[in-house]
Parts: sequence; structure tokens; C-alpha cells
Amino acid sequence: MPWDEGLVNSLVYDTPDPKTGRVLGYAKAINEALDIALEHDPGVFVLGQGVDDPGRMFGTTKDLQEKYGAARVFDTPLSEEGMMGVCTGAAMNGMRPVYMHNRPDFILLAFNQLVTHASKYHYMDNGQTTVPMVVWAAIGRGWGSGAQHSQSIQGLLLGVPGLKIVMPSTPYDAKGLMLAAIADNNPVLIFEHRWLMKKDGAVPEGLYTVPLGKGVYRRRGKDVTIVGASHTLEVALQAAGKLADEGIDAEVIDLRTLKPLDEQIIAESLKVTGRLLVVDTGWAMGGVCAEIGCLAAEKWFHYLKAPVRRVGLPDVPTPAGYTLEQFYYPDVQKISAVVREMVKK
Amino acid sequence: MTRYEYRGTGYAKWDDARTQYRSEFLTRLFRDMLRIRLIEEEIERRYNQDQMKTPIHLVIGQEATSVGSCAALRKEDLLYSSHRTHGNYLAKGGDLKAMLCEMHCRINGCAGSRGGSMHLIDKSVGMAGTSAIVGGAMPIATGAALAAQLQGLDRVSVVFLGDATTEEGVASESLNFAALKRLPVIFFCENNFYSVQSPLATRQPPREIYKWAAGYGIASVRVDGTNVLDVYEATREAVARAREGGGATFIEAPVYRFRAHGGAGDDSHTGYRDPAEREAWEKVCPVETYYQFLAKAGLIDAAQRERMRAEIMQEVFEAFDYALASPNPEEKDLYTHVYSN
Repeated sequence: MPWDEGLVNSLVYDTPDPKTGRVLGYAKAINEALDIALEHDPGVFVLGQGVDDPGRMFGTTKDLQEKYGAARVFDTPLSEEGMMGVCTGAAMNGMRPVYMHNRPDFILLAFNQLVTHASKYHYMDNGQTTVPMVVWAAIGRGWGSGAQHSQSIQGLLLGVPGLKIVMPSTPYDAKGLMLAAIADNNPVLIFEHRWLMKKDGAVPEGLYTVPLGKGVYRRRGKDVTIVGASHTLEVALQAAGKLADEGIDAEVIDLRTLKPLDEQIIAESLKVTGRLLVVDTGWAMGGVCAEIGCLAAEKWFHYLKAPVRRVGLPDVPTPAGYTLEQFYYPDVQKISAVVREMVKK
Repeated sequence: MTRYEYRGTGYAKWDDARTQYRSEFLTRLFRDMLRIRLIEEEIERRYNQDQMKTPIHLVIGQEATSVGSCAALRKEDLLYSSHRTHGNYLAKGGDLKAMLCEMHCRINGCAGSRGGSMHLIDKSVGMAGTSAIVGGAMPIATGAALAAQLQGLDRVSVVFLGDATTEEGVASESLNFAALKRLPVIFFCENNFYSVQSPLATRQPPREIYKWAAGYGIASVRVDGTNVLDVYEATREAVARAREGGGATFIEAPVYRFRAHGGAGDDSHTGYRDPAEREAWEKVCPVETYYQFLAKAGLIDAAQRERMRAEIMQEVFEAFDYALASPNPEEKDLYTHVYSN
């Protein structure tokens, strides 16, 4: 839809410094990761509705079927639970499926297999079986996507033992985390964001991995710690830039992986700043914001100089119209306003 | 009132079994069924002592389906199962001591006490996974078959399911995908007419389950689930088809559970089914009818059966003693194998 394509394209991202190396688009970085994985490991296969259609899942699966054949890169029936079970069974028997979904909303159809089967077998059979599979989806926003095409479901899955949850925010991480997720021996969910798909960034050639469970500082500061991941982190960085002009020095941590969570980096930062703001693409209630906020109360209370704050989604479904949507999502203004309140003397 | 009648024809058609099979094979099938029956009866006898703190789903009456189908499989073929696992596990070659340790929640159970009766899993004998969510194992077995196909192996996956599984959406999804990719998987449906206490007629329109499955474009047959040789032959054909690249097979085997859905004893008296219906099916008990068939063929007699029974009971008592003497897990064991490295 032209009105939102325009919006995505108009987002200002830092132009990558050509001196930092090779610059690649976000979707191309994922494409490169899949290509490398398929080439290096005959156990890897890629499936999902539309992975071989003209759009090629935002371009992430471009040329893969031509290169590796229709047995290893294939379109699926519209059977989300069934296919999640097929992936589980294949993973339990020596394969490494990468199951791609256009939107996380469709994964909700497969919760029985994901939550009650894939995440449990390794434990239930006392370690006899491993379930190395990747489930990938790109969160929608705008396009009039509405309540059923734009859900961020990481918060619903955070409390499921046995799963790992990854949310990259840069092309470099998208490639490195994908390769790490494929190499991991557990079910790993990767939630991308559609609004990052056209972002460019420095991406090295060849095989490298970004470790699961390690966050990274995107900006150093001493007044307040903002933690988050994915597209919301992008927004937080923009807010931090604006706040710097006002003399507020925000530290921004990209968690990269929500589960396992890098508690150490949050604690380390909080020790300095004493103020914690958690941002997320999902609902604030019961989700990533809530969990990290609770950890702060439980473990780092003595560092805190101000109440922990959350900027996620309100406890409301996503409205389809841009008219209401403008009030719904975290944006630079909302994040900045909360930070100002936090640092107010 | 007998709502669901036995519609099989017994062993009449197997008059030539002696020329077709070795006698050791024929008597082994009997011993395997008798063993499952005796193990189940001993579990049932002890269940209310409360030492097995695990929800049991006895297979008494359903021995022929497990034994007949597993006789057609190799050790490396994979068997996936539901909550009613005991017969599948034992027929696939599972270790009785490990099973009883699991049911007593001991650390040396086949799943280290994490699985219990519903999750008897032992990969070393191809007992590859179970699900206590009806239909849960169907797509997983289908995925295991996809793995075999992609890896170029001639391994076959079999998944046991009940009549109610065919009502789950994922059953349709699994059959569709298995047909689409011509996967080496066998869907073995034990139709025992009741889902817990809900009769088939309240859950499905009058139709043959195997014909429903055939609609997905895979081979589909119905066999007498009380007849171990019928089950063996149907599975053997399905296995051959799968190994030769001919794709999936659905087998419907009507059979009756002589006990309640879960726990010890029968619950027909509660009114959901007529005890007379159970009694009618007990007349075609898979263990007894097969014994009569073998005896008539001169392959076994009462004294041999008694010797078998004594041997098996000795094994069973030893296994119970072993389980009761086995160590419990410790707190630290709670935290292992949540993630794999």
C-alpha cells in the first residue's frame, strides 16, 4: 500500500559508514544467512507459505529454491499447526528446519505444536531428543494491518521454558543471529519487524554468528537506561539523540535476544544510571516490559533512583486505521516524554 | 444395548498361516500379546496402592494392534504414540524395567521420571515420541518421515492414534501433507469407539473413518484390530509401500478397550456404554482368540501357555521390585535438559 510504503521509506536511518565494510540491506542479510546455512549443512531446509513466490518473503528467500532445489526450499499448505509439527518431527530426526511466516499472528495457530511439543520434548524424554528448529516471522505495522496482522507475540512466549526468542535490529545482527539460531540445538523464534526490512547496514561476508543471549550497548550514557529490541530500539535511539540535545544522556541497550535474557548488561548499566525504561514492540502488560521491570524490582532495586517505566503497547488490540494507530505505537515523543519525567529532579 | 459390534471374521481365513509363517514367529506374537496383557493386569492390580503416581491408560483388549504392527517394523523404524503408550512401548522393544521405573517416577525411568506413563520414550528402540494432546504426534511422525525422505533413508514412521484424533484439524493437515510429499509414514488408527466416555456417534457423522482418510489421496484400509495376523499383514503392506516410495497409508483397526479411559478397572457401569457391549467384545479377546487359533493349529497347548505365563510373571515381579528399589531423582535433576547445548 503506497501510503505506508512511503512511511517506511521515509524513516531516517543512520547511513552506514562505507569504511566499516560492506553494506547490505536487512532482507538481503537474512537471505545471505539462509544461503550460507543451506550450503554448509545438508540438514537445513527452508519452508513457509510463499518462500518461493515472486515476493520471496520480503526477498529473504530470493534465489534459494533455484540454488538448492524444491525439496529443501518449499512452499507449504496453509496448515500452521501441522507444519509446525512436521518441523518438530524433522528436527527430532536430524534436520534443521527454518519455518518462515509472513507475520507472527499465524504462529498463534501453531501454539500447540510450538509450546506443548517442540519446546518440551528435550525435557520430557530426558535429553534423548533435540529439536533444532528456527521459526521466523516479521511483525507487521501499518498497511491497515489491524488487530490480526500486526501482533507482537514475544511476550506470550517469554514464559515458555525450552524456547529461545530473538529480535534483531540491524542487518548485521539479522544475519549473525539467524546463523546462530540455525546452529542452536533448541527451538528458536526470530521475530523480525517489517519496518526494518529496508534498513541498510554493515554486513560482513561469509559465516559469522552473533551469540544468543548477549545484549549490546548501542549508545552509552549515564542518566537513564533504555532497553529493548527490534524496531522499538530504533525508535529509542532516535529519542536518545533528541534527548541529548536537551542534555539528557540516555544509555541504549539492544537485547538482541529476549530469551535467554542478558541480565548482566542491564544490571551493569543500571548500576550507573539508576533509571530503567523498557521499550517493546508488544503489549506492556505481562510481556517483555513487565518481566524486565519485575527483574529490576527483584534484583536491582538498590540501584534504582526512580520508578521503572514501560513503553510498550497499551492493553488494546491494534486498530486498523492510521487515524487511531497514530496514538497506539511507541514513538519518539512518547519515549522522550517518559524519559524526561524519569530524570526530572 | 450394544452400540458398537465386532464386525470381523476371526481367524477363519488364516488356515494356511502355518505354511506362510514360521511357527516361532506365530508363537512369538502370542507371547508378546500375553506379556502385554499380564503386565497391564499387574499394573492395574497394584495401581490403587498409589505407588505408581502416574495417570495410566491401559491397553487391555488392544494388544493385537501394537504387537501385530510392530512385528512388521525394524528396530530403527520410528513409532510415535498418544497417551495410551504401554502396548506400543513394549511391542516396539521397550525395556520393562525402564517403563516401570518411569511409572514409579524414578530417576532411571526411560525418560528419567519426566514422562510418566503417557510419555514412555526410548529412542534406542525407536519409541520416538508421544503426545498427551490428542493428535499431537501425527504431524511429528509426518515430519520424521519428511526427514527420512530428505536424508534418503528407507526408515518408516508409524503413529498410533485413536478415532477421536481424526476429529482434530491437525489430522487433516498431516494426511494432506503426507499425501502431498508421498511420505513414508503410516497412520495407525485404533478405533475403540469412545473418546474418554464420549461415543463415536456423538462426535462424528455415520461414516467409515478409513474412507474419510482415503479422501486425502493416500492408501487407506480397515483391518480387524483384534486379529494380530490381519494387523501384521496390513502393516507389512504399508511398510513395503512406504519403503518403496509409494507414500503414506492409513490403517483403521476397530478394537475395544476393556477398561476405563484411564485408571484401573472398567467404568461401563457409569452408563456411557453398556457392560454387555464390553462382554461381547471380550468374547473376541485378541489374546484368547489367537490362542485358540494357535492351539487348533497344534502350535501351542495349555501347558506351554502356563509356562509362558509363569516366565512372564517372574519377569514382571522382578521388574516391579527393581523399580521400587530404584532411586528417586534429586532437586538438581529438575533443571537438566531444559535446553540442549
